[in-house]
Amino acid sequence: MTPSACDKSAFSTMEVCGSLTVSLREFGCEQSLLSRPDGSASFVQGDTSVMAGVYGPAEVKVSKEIYDRATLEVLVQPKVGLPSVRERSQEQCVRETCEASLLLTLHPRSSLTLILQVLHDDGSLLSCCLNAACMALMDAGLPMSCLFCGVTCAISTDGQIITDPTAAQEKESRALMTFAIDSAKHSVLMSSTKGSFSVHEVSGLMTGKKECAPFQTNKTVNAKPKRPDVTNRLH
Amino acid sequence: ASDVSVLWLPLPRSLLTCRTAEPLEYHRSFLKENCRPDGRELTEFRTTTLNIGSISTADGSALVKLGNTTIICGIKAELANPTVEAPGKGYIVPNVDLPPLCSSRFRPGPPGEEAQAASQFIADVIESSEVIKTEDLSIDRGKLCWVLYCDLMCLDYDGNILDACVIALLAALKNTRLPEVTINKETSAPEVNLEKRWELQIHKHLVSASFCIFDDSILISDPTAEEETLSTAHLTVVTDEDDRLCSVHKPGGTSLSGERLQECISRATTRQREIQKLIAKVAHSVKKAQ
Repeated sequence: MTPSACDKSAFSTMEVCGSLTVSLREFGCEQSLLSRPDGSASFVQGDTSVMAGVYGPAEVKVSKEIYDRATLEVLVQPKVGLPSVRERSQEQCVRETCEASLLLTLHPRSSLTLILQVLHDDGSLLSCCLNAACMALMDAGLPMSCLFCGVTCAISTDGQIITDPTAAQEKESRALMTFAIDSAKHSVLMSSTKGSFSVHEVSGLMTGKKECAPFQTNKTVNAKPKRPDVTNRLH
Repeated sequence: ASDVSVLWLPLPRSLLTCRTAEPLEYHRSFLKENCRPDGRELTEFRTTTLNIGSISTADGSALVKLGNTTIICGIKAELANPTVEAPGKGYIVPNVDLPPLCSSRFRPGPPGEEAQAASQFIADVIESSEVIKTEDLSIDRGKLCWVLYCDLMCLDYDGNILDACVIALLAALKNTRLPEVTINKETSAPEVNLEKRWELQIHKHLVSASFCIFDDSILISDPTAEEETLSTAHLTVVTDEDDRLCSVHKPGGTSLSGERLQECISRATTRQREIQKLIAKVAHSVKKAQ
């Protein structure tokens, strides 16, 4: 698939639980758009938009210091109001995913801060946060063992699988799942689900998200490879 | 000193690794032999003990011990106005508390990230499984409903609090008896009859099973606090009695293949049967005692 094709919108079909169409909304990314952070990116999936900034490696507070690796802190700022319990749980998901892909042992006793500012939420917010985080970490030139992407899938009441749902589709759905997939092995780094579903549907989605992964990998090539050394590792 | 070294020589190398200085090496040496430092097999859960109705002043309560991990759950029912969005529904407010008492890793003050993430997880599980139909909590549509405050307090933190929390919550909900409320037609004020109580109907029996991944490859069930800190990833699977999944929660960490996930799900369904039997047995004995 050519980069220009996935630039606009990506369509493909596959066979999981009968037939379904994998379609992602139009997505785009811009890197190093902020001057103060060491790395920044904004990621847009349809109307959902998240801006990310990375600071570090910098000095760490003694209380948070880890002797053999860097301390990663993730902050999720909602569009309106103060961060609540929901944001805390998103922060935990993003942080542990980043920790798995970053080579934190290369910067012992230092701190990395990742700030995710939600600009607009129109569904698939967690996956958009993950994508923005990955692009910002790349922009900061931090050493990573692999890249990752976030994919949200919704299962509608009639059993259809909708990838990258909008807020309205999320509301109508019976179950909602977000996965983070790594670029090296295409296996699951993170999974967060809502609603009840069968084992069969999960295994179907496991195949489904692998189909989504190539799009996302392409996206990274697309998005202005500022540091070719990181991007090249994908191929 | 020379005598000691002579004594140590015939022992296997694994026992020479110091647990405090090299905890990871220490655990690895056990996992290599397909067992764990506490004598469990890799897939074995710790002994689970359950006590239902331990707090007489709460509307429902349960105490769960999973090895050393201890969680107590108290349910308090209050009358409230339903929300405008859902006039015919009541609501459930879970809260997980990790006080400094349970482990040295927690400090006094506002709840930390782990406690908040656990509370959110429990709230998500309640919502997605529909363990209780919130319509059952409605008393007078648009005017009055029940709110269930489910407080989960950790008394001893030795890993895998999510599993213990889910068992405690389910057992406490099963134990909850709500008083009957009638609305006085003249004054339209609610009248609570504490003598007459009704049992909450549990629609789904949800049970969770947690796993840890060691060194990106070895999968262990029901990790202790030490195993949790040393492992590279955690996974929690929540299932109900119809073997439907209510949650597959993996907050990050090293990657997991599809086959491994299937393995976790099948282990979770086995665990589901065990815990359901345990809760039924304890609930039965509590009923007999009354």
